[in-house]
Amino acid sequence: MSSFSADWSRRKFLRGALATGALVLPGAGALAGCATSGGGQEATEGEKTEKNPLGVPEDQPLEIYIFNGGFGDEYATDLHEPMYKKAYPKAEIKHKAEVDIKGAIQSRLVAGNPPDFVNDSGDGQIPLGQLVSDKQLYDLTDLYDAPSWDIPGKTVRDTLVPGAIAQGTFGDKPYVMNMALTVYGTWYNKVLFDQKGWKIPTTWEEMVALCAEIKGAGIAPWTYQGIHARYMVWPLLTMAAKLAGPEILVDIDNLKEGAWSHEAIKESANALRGLRTSGYILDGTEGMDHIQSQGQWSAGKAAFIPCGSWLENEQKDVTPASGFEFAMMPEPLLSKDSKMPLETIYAAAGEPYVVPAKAKNPRGGLEYMRIMLSKEGAKGFTEKVSSLTVVQGAADGVTLPKGLASAKKALDDAGDNVVSWMWPNWYGTMWNPGVNAVIGDLMTARKTVDEFCAGCEAEAKKVRDDDSITKYTREK
Amino acid sequence: MTKAAARGRVSKPGPALQHGKYLFIVVFLVFPVGIYGLFTLSPYLQAIWISLTDWTGLTGSQKFIGLDNYAWLFSDDQTLVALKNNALLLLVVPVITVLLGLFFASMLNVGRRGKSGIEGVRGSKVYRVVYFFPQVLSVAIIGVLFKYVFAPTEAGGILNSALRAVGLGNLAVPWLGDPDFAFWCVVVVMIWSFVGFYVVLFSAAMQSIPKDIYEAALLDGASRYTTFRRVTLPLVWDTVQVGWVYMAIQAMDAFAYVHIMLGISGGPSRSGDVLGVAMYRTAFNDYRFGRASAIGVVLLIVTLIVSLVFLRFARRERVELA
Repeated sequence: MSSFSADWSRRKFLRGALATGALVLPGAGALAGCATSGGGQEATEGEKTEKNPLGVPEDQPLEIYIFNGGFGDEYATDLHEPMYKKAYPKAEIKHKAEVDIKGAIQSRLVAGNPPDFVNDSGDGQIPLGQLVSDKQLYDLTDLYDAPSWDIPGKTVRDTLVPGAIAQGTFGDKPYVMNMALTVYGTWYNKVLFDQKGWKIPTTWEEMVALCAEIKGAGIAPWTYQGIHARYMVWPLLTMAAKLAGPEILVDIDNLKEGAWSHEAIKESANALRGLRTSGYILDGTEGMDHIQSQGQWSAGKAAFIPCGSWLENEQKDVTPASGFEFAMMPEPLLSKDSKMPLETIYAAAGEPYVVPAKAKNPRGGLEYMRIMLSKEGAKGFTEKVSSLTVVQGAADGVTLPKGLASAKKALDDAGDNVVSWMWPNWYGTMWNPGVNAVIGDLMTARKTVDEFCAGCEAEAKKVRDDDSITKYTREK
Repeated sequence: MTKAAARGRVSKPGPALQHGKYLFIVVFLVFPVGIYGLFTLSPYLQAIWISLTDWTGLTGSQKFIGLDNYAWLFSDDQTLVALKNNALLLLVVPVITVLLGLFFASMLNVGRRGKSGIEGVRGSKVYRVVYFFPQVLSVAIIGVLFKYVFAPTEAGGILNSALRAVGLGNLAVPWLGDPDFAFWCVVVVMIWSFVGFYVVLFSAAMQSIPKDIYEAALLDGASRYTTFRRVTLPLVWDTVQVGWVYMAIQAMDAFAYVHIMLGISGGPSRSGDVLGVAMYRTAFNDYRFGRASAIGVVLLIVTLIVSLVFLRFARRERVELA
């Protein structure tokens, strides 16, 4: 399906480019010309008051682009926009819902005439790292330093889960507000496991033993998202981090030479590759896409699948209504003497929202984010789209669907033992197609563990050696 | 030609009518030429310019960096994979498609020696319509359709299920998930979707061959193969030549097929990549419009060379029909 939208977006882009004059003049002049054709930054700040700490111009319109995908756009139209409107009755809100963000936004960025608030997500996501290095995004520091909308005595920064801001930070400044908190783990059907009396494995040894039992029962123990094999990077890195500590993830993010050849990575890769060589992966998985493989999992053809907490929502229509309960478990430990406990989990802030640097009303964009990150805004978000948010405790007391509740429990159990990594955000091409292809070869056992590590090293080297890519680092 | 020119000279208008002739022509030409320049020429020129810059596609300005993008292109392993696959497409697709097209067309038009002389095989009217079906479907639909045909058995793959049904289950592999097969699946689909058009094209050419030539060949006792080789082929060679060049260009652009069937990375182990997809990926995934334009320019040059070579290669004596 993505191809339709891809083709469509190209056409749309060209049309948009034409409309903005990017292609009107032949030759080089056109592109140089449109650099100056964009609107300049005007006086966009209103008066800062206690009620308006960000200095929002009260009568300026606010143009909003929401990605109309899995989350829909109701959470904006029914929740956050009315909140903004209530606070600033004189401001007009121009709401746009787009399936293809890049098709809608790219030409406007080039022309210097972007909207004020963009939900840069979905198939047509414009890579955030690229937007930052092209200086197209507005610094969000003021937002995080502003007082919270409805949690007294705290700044917005204080109300978020640890790591949420870091996930949107490039260099030393936050540029991206990630609203959703995604918990990653291994998913299974709890009803099936209860029925068969299968116990959730806590070590890889137990996992392998259980796989033999599951296979004996005529079910494939594992499947993964096939041609999108990169989903397997999540268990791979999480298990490696549990074994050797989160420092190995820092090295990977910093593109340190040899980071991918760490013993723990090898051990983890070896364990996952073993699933294939032992015949524990659903036949034909490597030729499926995520829709097909997850469909097989929902149909009970496979027992385990790696995924993020959106899985339940994504599979809603293809999962049997009875005899099925989504449940998530943390990855088993590779060894008894691991650096981090079993409960350690990979959770990352996702669903990015940005304010373009050349927006006409950037302060309004920031204020809109402050509304989203309010307790009211975040709680409503969780209720509307069945996703956890980065706002601490905002989901408490909300009745969650079973799978999401199990993800939330896993997150609560993990406490401070939450790991995450940045390289897919920083270096989009290293993630896909780069490592995606390499781990695909590992999971089909076309490559050995050593070849896998070498392949990932090569992908990291490509980024390291490419001067045209802006590099980022993190300390811890 | 000369006759017409002479007549033109005779009816040459007087000075009064000559007046403003150029203005008249210019007025009529400005619009179409302008549109052509705007929509056809200027994108080419811009692409060439962009290929010499570091433009990411997201900014209003860009830096001139000379030939760096081309240096990158030829040092990047993946682009070389794509180039190799384009070369394979160029060799395999036109040859097989033209051969199949000629075979089917001759069967439909001159395949049978019936009572009334040479005619098409039985049911040729039906076949003619059936062969044209793929041409009616859009490329996107064909891609999605065949994605399901080649899907793994567990995901309802039609081909594998069929193989299993006839007892060849051990031949069933996850076609699009195997680097040895993925690209060739695309090749098969491309040939399948192209062939119908060439059957129609060659059929039209064959229908214009006078029947008496065939009757003469028949009387002389020429075999079917000889008739095809010595009569049909030379008389439709012009059309084959056109089709040949057209197809070479078509085969260079496997973008939609690869993108839909194998994805933007170029399939398993990235083995099925082609230049079109590499260009799209570099532009709209990596946001390196400079590099993507460089790939585009290379694709343009390669396509031009290929067309010239094919035209030269296919040149042959023209046969005039009486």
